[in-house]
Amino acid sequence: MMNKKNMELYVHIPFCARKCAYCDFLSFPGNKRMQQEYTEQLLEEIKYQSAYTREYQVISIFIGGGTPSILETNQMTAILNALNNQFDIHPEAEITMEANPGTVTSEALIQYKRAGVNRISMGLQSADDKELGYLGRIHTYDEFLKSYQRVRMAGFDNVNVDLISAIPGQTVESWKNTLKKVTMLKPEHISAYSLIVEEGTPFYDRYGDHVEMDNDSMTREERRRLMSLPELPDEDMEREMYYLTREFLKEQGYERYEISNYSRKGYECRHNIGYWTGVEYLGLGLGSSSYMEGCRYHNTASYQDYINGSFERKEEFDKLFRQEFEHLSIEEKMEEYMFLGLRLIEGVSAHGFVSSFGQNIRHVYGPILDKLEQEGLMELKEGFYRLTERGIDISNYVMSQFLL
Amino acid sequence: MAAAQQNRIRNFCIIAHIDHGKSTLADRIIEKTGLLTSREMQAQILDNMDLERERGITIKAQAVRTVYKANDGQEYVFNMIDTPGHVDFNYEVSRSLAACDGAVLVVDASQGIEAQTLANVYMALDHDLDVFPVLNKIDLPSAEPERVVEEIEDVIGIEAHDAPRISAKTGLNVEAVLEAIVEKIPAPAGDPEAPLQALIFDSLYDSYKGVIVFFRVKEGTVKRGDKVRMMATGAVEEVVEVGYFGAGQFLPCEELSAGMVGYLTASIKNVKDTAVGDTITHADRPCKQALPGYKKVTSMVYCGLYPSDGARYNDLRDALEKLQLNDASLFFEPETSLALGFGFRCGFLGLLHLEVIQERLEREYNLDLVTTAPGVVYHVFKKNGEKLELTNPSNLPDPTEIEYMEEPIVSAEIMVTTEFVGAIMKLCQERRGVYLGMEYMEATRALLKYELPLNEIIYDFFDALKSRSRGYASFDYELKGYEKSELVKLDILVNKEEVDALSFIVHAESAYERGRRMCEKLKDEIPRQLFEIPIQAAIGGKIIARETVKAMRKDVLAKCYGGDISRKKKLLEKQKEGKKRMRQVGNVEIPQKAFMSVLKLDDE
Repeated sequence: MMNKKNMELYVHIPFCARKCAYCDFLSFPGNKRMQQEYTEQLLEEIKYQSAYTREYQVISIFIGGGTPSILETNQMTAILNALNNQFDIHPEAEITMEANPGTVTSEALIQYKRAGVNRISMGLQSADDKELGYLGRIHTYDEFLKSYQRVRMAGFDNVNVDLISAIPGQTVESWKNTLKKVTMLKPEHISAYSLIVEEGTPFYDRYGDHVEMDNDSMTREERRRLMSLPELPDEDMEREMYYLTREFLKEQGYERYEISNYSRKGYECRHNIGYWTGVEYLGLGLGSSSYMEGCRYHNTASYQDYINGSFERKEEFDKLFRQEFEHLSIEEKMEEYMFLGLRLIEGVSAHGFVSSFGQNIRHVYGPILDKLEQEGLMELKEGFYRLTERGIDISNYVMSQFLL
Repeated sequence: MAAAQQNRIRNFCIIAHIDHGKSTLADRIIEKTGLLTSREMQAQILDNMDLERERGITIKAQAVRTVYKANDGQEYVFNMIDTPGHVDFNYEVSRSLAACDGAVLVVDASQGIEAQTLANVYMALDHDLDVFPVLNKIDLPSAEPERVVEEIEDVIGIEAHDAPRISAKTGLNVEAVLEAIVEKIPAPAGDPEAPLQALIFDSLYDSYKGVIVFFRVKEGTVKRGDKVRMMATGAVEEVVEVGYFGAGQFLPCEELSAGMVGYLTASIKNVKDTAVGDTITHADRPCKQALPGYKKVTSMVYCGLYPSDGARYNDLRDALEKLQLNDASLFFEPETSLALGFGFRCGFLGLLHLEVIQERLEREYNLDLVTTAPGVVYHVFKKNGEKLELTNPSNLPDPTEIEYMEEPIVSAEIMVTTEFVGAIMKLCQERRGVYLGMEYMEATRALLKYELPLNEIIYDFFDALKSRSRGYASFDYELKGYEKSELVKLDILVNKEEVDALSFIVHAESAYERGRRMCEKLKDEIPRQLFEIPIQAAIGGKIIARETVKAMRKDVLAKCYGGDISRKKKLLEKQKEGKKRMRQVGNVEIPQKAFMSVLKLDDE
């Protein structure tokens, strides 16, 4: 078919060896039996969901988790093959898989690559073993190094390393050390986030606004360990780390292209840029979100419901795979265009706004843009409205103003 | 009406402290007198406003007429007149009492007598009512009837040994109360042929009938078609309907004569024309004298009420007008604030009255309100001889023009168990109280008497009292008069700009402390903004306290991917919603609840 629309695929693998103390993703440890039943159901889902995407070509795939690499290699290749068979995938599509240090073998990596994966995203978070321990990670820096070598040896030439700043006990010095160690490895892409203390995580119990003393899921030992963690760096130090990241990575040849994402030229993550620029995407697997045909919805987040779900009857399908279904109005699309697009350093294109909505951006947001410019939070450059550095620091304040 | 019938009327009220079971007993009486079947009973018939039910108090006095067939074989008409249960409504209570011939005193058999019970009993005795006690909640394990009987006899000095011991909740022994009402409460007197003299104890606005006036006929007879005059307000109307109060309904009848309690309607449009305490008489054959005790109701507490959404100013005015139809004690007039825009300065009987009105506006009229700090009426005497009644701190003249000021003082009675006497005395002292004396009710309970400035008790005194006595203290007050006082206006400056809606009048001695706490409180309430914001308290231009809200340093979500977008948007919406509830003052955004923060400065 000619002129197919672009779309992206996200595939969620919820299993991990152990949940980290800061993690609020939909993930949990799973045994062999669960992994097998999940793979089978996911294959079933791929078959049914793909039926709705005949007019689309897939330009990127992201297999995330949890820890996708925790699946058996044959399970993962079965999933990749199913995607290849059921969807029309662009030959140049970016296909990323998350692989956590300590869970990948050379053999598996070669199989992934053979099945089409061309980008590996590795969750390192910190190069300091003590800090890794605070986060509840299962690996050391040395183990990461070994995994990283395997990834390179398997022939992956597009690798991302995830890092987290402002973690317990971290100093500007130790953060700089992490950045140094990682840039020496020359990954193509680095995601460097400031820690977000999310509700429902052990970190929230320890560092959140409302300290909840009753968390049944924790043993006394775990709780004592959690409460003995050092304090988080304060706000000033957190910003210092952020500025350092930007400066240091720039020196090392990494350009910041989004609030927390850095890459060598041409290695920006196309999949994620899709999220920020309104490309449609279909989520597959437990709890994953979709944005298709102007509608947002997500799959059930209940593992049991997902496993027992049937794709046969439309009613039940919709109940499990079209949750919180909302059709976006023009206004809502404009809002998203702004607050997602502004995450990109280049900003939002005034021209793009007109071609998307048939209205001049100034017609909708003129006074707000002027006010924010006056406050030194935004600037107009070559037809793009973008955040200033100060605007990035307080981007929630800026973005909330674009809600209509 | 024949004398024999007058003989078989009993007009009474029930006096009780909040929670001692007044409404429950009233329900049982209505049930047992058989006018209604159990099935028809609402849980609480007398309290028919939701709000009242939730708070467990009765705001508007009402009355119910039932028929009781006594053990002597005769049928008696019971007119049970309900009384409001809060110190704010003391005057209404006194008028309700004046409409009765006797009172049933309900005392919780485990709690004993409370300050407010005592105040109402004294008020009843002042009105020459025959009061007889009933011990309620006798079924509770903690009930100590013997102790409470002694307490009643010692403290109030009325016979209590044969007091019926009942459980209004279960209905246990309620018959004994009914018999006691027949035996102990005197039948009304009064000559049906005399010129009409009837006491208004309540009124109610009904959109079909107009104002419905509740009254007790003391002398004479009133019937449909009579031309009547309200002696104090001067309103003259033709009576359209007279009748009795069924439970929850109006039952029209031919006429009402001396000793009877009922209602009339007369196409009256405004409850202001039918003031509580006024006397109804015939226009063409008036009685010689109005009944004693009438008082013009005056507002004790004032505050500004503003719509959160300025566009709803007219809705707020309409709602206030509607509430006023039913509530002559509610006062309001338009005012403008630089910070809050257009709104109203409203006057109330007390803080509870204020809260009730505020809640009704929000609940029944769906209005979102900003309330400014409540204040009392100050008398300002200017050097040029002028006297000003100040209800809004913003209107205070320049200090150089002021000779002196006076503030309202109340006489307060606080009943408390002896272990908390120290804590309560300390509280009263902090609130500039003048100790008048203490009486021991019994070994473990004392009645403290203080004179207190009204402006010290309207904010949070009641809460403070409760928290410092673990809920055991009870409290009653009445206005004593005005006294000269060292008062100053405390201004609050946010980012160097005075915020008129945050100004308040305070005693010079507590100004510094109040100013400091106010700044601290506002520092917590005002969110960080793009720039640093000084918050200052000032008296006459002199800064006495300062806090700083630091500039917003960081407000950024590090991550936002496909699965986060909806959640992220909700977060931004919340942030935007929060902004909506802010008031722009200069270039600073102040959350609306900050304007009420002055209310809660006692953090103990």
